[in-house]
Amino acid sequence: MALPKGVQAVAPAVPAVFTRATLADREAALGRLLLAPAALYVVVLVGIPFVLAILLSFSGARSGSLAFDWVGLRHFRAIIADPQFLLTLRNTLIFTVASQVLVMILATTAANILEAAFVGKRAVRMLLLLPWAVPVSLATMAWAWIFDSTFSVINWTLRALGIFQGWIYWLGDPELAMLAIIIIHVWRMFPFATVILLAGMTAIPLEIREAAVIDGASFWRRLFQVNLPLLLPVVTVAVLFGVVFTSTDLSVVYLLTRGGPYNSTHVLSSLAFQRGILGGDLGEGAAIALFLLPVLVFAAILLLRMARRAEVGG
Amino acid sequence: MRERRLVVRVVKRAALYLAALGITLLAVFPFYWMFVTAFKEDNDLYVGATVRTHIPWIFNEPPTLEHFHYLLRETAYLAWVRNTAVVGAAVVAITLLLAVPAGYALARLTGRWGERLGIAIFLTYLVPPTLLFIPFSRVVAVLGLQNSLWALVLVYPTFTIPFCTWLLMGFFRSIPRDIEEQAMIDGYSRLGAMRKVVLPLAISGLLTAAFFSFTLVMQDFVYALTFISSVGKMTVSLGIPVALFRDVFNWGAMMAAALITSVPIAIVYNLFIDRFIAGLTAGAVKG
Repeated sequence: MALPKGVQAVAPAVPAVFTRATLADREAALGRLLLAPAALYVVVLVGIPFVLAILLSFSGARSGSLAFDWVGLRHFRAIIADPQFLLTLRNTLIFTVASQVLVMILATTAANILEAAFVGKRAVRMLLLLPWAVPVSLATMAWAWIFDSTFSVINWTLRALGIFQGWIYWLGDPELAMLAIIIIHVWRMFPFATVILLAGMTAIPLEIREAAVIDGASFWRRLFQVNLPLLLPVVTVAVLFGVVFTSTDLSVVYLLTRGGPYNSTHVLSSLAFQRGILGGDLGEGAAIALFLLPVLVFAAILLLRMARRAEVGG
Repeated sequence: MRERRLVVRVVKRAALYLAALGITLLAVFPFYWMFVTAFKEDNDLYVGATVRTHIPWIFNEPPTLEHFHYLLRETAYLAWVRNTAVVGAAVVAITLLLAVPAGYALARLTGRWGERLGIAIFLTYLVPPTLLFIPFSRVVAVLGLQNSLWALVLVYPTFTIPFCTWLLMGFFRSIPRDIEEQAMIDGYSRLGAMRKVVLPLAISGLLTAAFFSFTLVMQDFVYALTFISSVGKMTVSLGIPVALFRDVFNWGAMMAAALITSVPIAIVYNLFIDRFIAGLTAGAVKG
């Protein structure tokens, strides 16, 4: 409290109204000037490709030539009639929903564990973050080796423990390959969700939680009726980023299964890559990738609504 | 009665530790697997999992550095590290140059519309590479940058700038206004106060932004896969999975590369993660 006194003693000496008014004029201009380069970079290099993504999906553009001819809805008609595309759409949805449900269960558990005081907590938190910090493509290769058809350590362990004697071809069977992809997404995303939840939990005022304990609320009651409702905005952020990162990911599917076996595990991004870049049909690739847009628009709207609520509430 | 309570407490503690252990093992297991694989002799690696007497979890033969030697001498690994470092440094420089002024402007100089614009910039971070790689492949072709690291230097700031602007905005907001107002009363201009007073205080924020720009560059797979085709120009996260996979029995070298690439970054990551989370949840968690 010592400093404000000194400041107060000086402040009235400055003709506040006059300087602030002129300063504000120049500051708005300065603000625009400082903001312009970043805004320009983003508008040019995200905005233009974004518009181009939409335009390309209506064109017969191919890689190799720069020609651009309008074909209308041809690509969209073609892919909607394509069973491979419908399967791909379904896969994207399954991978995203299944992994996010599992991520939230695991993350809630992990966050509740990490909230309690115990020996080695810092170490646990640090190790827990490894999956999120490592580049996805490298982690996926580790998993590809874990799921190897001849040397899978999971198979060996299941046999040695006497749990399952048969042989599991993780990446040779469509359903198991899907399971493997979901496992990787869950493994990668749950540490991230845990840390976000934990940040939210520590922001809940202690009095509220203490009051719940004193009133005799059980663990589950506290979890579902006190903590989770208060955590809802944070949970939304965690799920939102989880959905966006999982639904748009290319590396896991591309490196683990290449969409196989028999093109059964493709997701929108891997199919778009296969048709658009490898197959050279930019127009069709763009049309496939565009189906990711609804997810992103939805995520953006949710984030905006939350930001507005924070603005009003704060 | 008291004894029963004690038993309940001990059981609860044990359950807590067990759960913590389980979740940690789940997170760490692939890294352990990378580690064991990287140091194992080939003879020790390629024993089919049907052989029950051979335990794959441990070193059945003494550990070896063979895979690391192979990686450094016979592959382009060092070139990939160099490419990643060059692209990363360039992207960090561009990002800081643009995001620091922008973050400062959003925190201090622009009022309400600035806040909206800040949110808009952050939202572009949600536009994923998988939506943009096809149009970008055309942009890159028009610019004649196919198979060039410059393509990556051009494209990566599209996600590092939004992210770091947002991060730095939060950081500048946490510095008390009084400090720079005092400096301005003492005769500094707004820019002078920013440079001489605010930036030194924001050093840790700048470091955080630089670090995350670099890790975002390192994590990218999609753009590198789309633009880069020759092995010598790849980055680590593209070269290791794509170019090392020529030979089926190359898991030792691949895991060695994954291990020495990811462990340093993962360790440093822990120093910065709290700021990252604070940036993402700003608005959801009220400070």
